[in-house]
Amino acid sequence: MNFITNLIGGLSLGGIYAMIALGYTMVYGIAKMLNFAHGDIIMVGGYTILVFTARSVHPIIAIILSVIFCVALGISVEKVAYKPLRGSSPLAVLITAIGVSYLLQSLAQMIFGSGTKMVQGLDLGSFSIGSLKIGVSTVVTLIACFMVMIALNLFVKYTRIGRAMVAVSEDKGAAQLMGINVNFIIMITFAIGSALAALAGTFYLMRSPSMYSTFGSLPGIKAFAAAVIGGIGSIPGAMLGGILLGVVEVFAGASVLGPYTDAIEFAILIVILLVKPTGFLGKKRREKV
Amino acid sequence: MALLEVKNLEVYYGVIQAIKGISFEVNKGEIVTLIGANGAGKTTTMQSIIGLIHARSGEITYNGQLISGMPAHKIVHLGMTQVPEGRRIFSELTVYENLMMGAYTKKDKEKIKENLDEIYALFPRLEERKNQVAGTLSGGEQQMLAMGRAMMSNPDLLMLDEPSMGLSPLLVDQVFDIIKHFHEKGTTILLVEQNANKSLAISDRAYVLENGRIVLSGTGAELLASEEIKKAYLGG
Ligand SMILES: Nc1ncnc2c1ncn2[C@@H]1O[C@H](COP(=O)(O)OP(=O)(O)OP(=O)(O)O)[C@@H](O)[C@H]1O
Ligand SMILES: [Mg+2]
Repeated sequence: MNFITNLIGGLSLGGIYAMIALGYTMVYGIAKMLNFAHGDIIMVGGYTILVFTARSVHPIIAIILSVIFCVALGISVEKVAYKPLRGSSPLAVLITAIGVSYLLQSLAQMIFGSGTKMVQGLDLGSFSIGSLKIGVSTVVTLIACFMVMIALNLFVKYTRIGRAMVAVSEDKGAAQLMGINVNFIIMITFAIGSALAALAGTFYLMRSPSMYSTFGSLPGIKAFAAAVIGGIGSIPGAMLGGILLGVVEVFAGASVLGPYTDAIEFAILIVILLVKPTGFLGKKRREKV
Repeated sequence: MALLEVKNLEVYYGVIQAIKGISFEVNKGEIVTLIGANGAGKTTTMQSIIGLIHARSGEITYNGQLISGMPAHKIVHLGMTQVPEGRRIFSELTVYENLMMGAYTKKDKEKIKENLDEIYALFPRLEERKNQVAGTLSGGEQQMLAMGRAMMSNPDLLMLDEPSMGLSPLLVDQVFDIIKHFHEKGTTILLVEQNANKSLAISDRAYVLENGRIVLSGTGAELLASEEIKKAYLGG
């Protein structure tokens, strides 16, 4: 019975990681950069929910506002910090992203202080099936994450913009020859990644409703590991990696290995990188002359 | 009036000057060829025209409109496109999806379908393999796909950068036949080739590029007969 509870909990946490990992992987695939500030978008989303729910705004509205705010923030960060560096060395972009991450965390500390704040109104209670007690939020998270992932896959596969995203990720120059506005596609990618981060942040808050300025760091780094495990740049890879890490985390946490959960997760990352450096579904670039 | 006009184009890669002030034009309905040895600057010229590279100085006009400095995707929307050097098909997409990417600037579904049928009629191989991932096509099939993809946008000006590169003689002939076919349909062609023999034979006019400069120009027939060309490009 415990097994089923853990499985549901693991898939649900995995869904959260997967949603965050999608942001890393899509931005990496399309803008060819590691957006280290991605985890902090989650934090900003969490604080947005805190601000609105504290003023008795309905949680659903607060979540929508948080998504909108994060999308605007993601697009702005890309415009102001990353776009001017397009074409410069990857190291410069990486350091800028780390800078953005610290900037957002510091701003959050200035505005909200360094203490922990509790978010109200996200506790959906729990229900029981026989001897099984399951949190409603766990199930909601699970369903929502899977719906979002299906929607994203359909979007990429069947819409004009989705196809353009694949084209840009493969060959920016050739994509431009098709008439694709690469800057616009990159902007859309950041918007989608930020929206997913805001949603993931909401679900993460449902698990433990305390907000602090480094709220996004741990899920951010785990989701990054998940993206690398799955093969960075690959959308199904991010989903797979996220779910794998979530399930491992919950099962390890419930076992005697509990205290070593994080270590186990990163050990998986290291092993995968040793055995298959491109991750599960990462692609080796084939060159054809 | 010239459809495409290039005036005093200078292009640099860092401090290295690849194009040293070239001028030429392509008139509506012509086939114009740029020939030149490896590293002469042919690809650089082609990419500068379409906006993938930005020139240091000089003017490029298309249909009388100044296009130098414009981003590539906007230039493509004006009705020109390019089959790039090395084909650059989207290897993860299927043949069909590649062709549809070529129609990205087009909104009219019926017209797209019409174009697609036409491309399939021209390249039956592509239709047979429409659901195959493009990266698994043979080199020749990839070249056909790159040409078909470019024509999906119904361009007024089609630029091709060494379309015969790496193909067997039979396929080279086929590529030139297809270029002629597009031309007969009213498409203006700017061609870059190392295969001077075949390209000059179908060209109205041609320019010879050497170290970033145009050193010779004339009609296709004139250049075919020229001693210099024979020595440098036609193997005697
Ligand atoms: N990205 C680049 N950075 C630096 N130099 C470059 C770059 N691309 C081309 N060049 C240089 O510019 C010159 C012209 O190159 P270009 O590719 O235009 O030649 P090409 O005529 O197309 O040659 P090929 O027939 O081999 O394709 C060459 O000397 C080349 O080394
Ligand atoms: Mg070239």
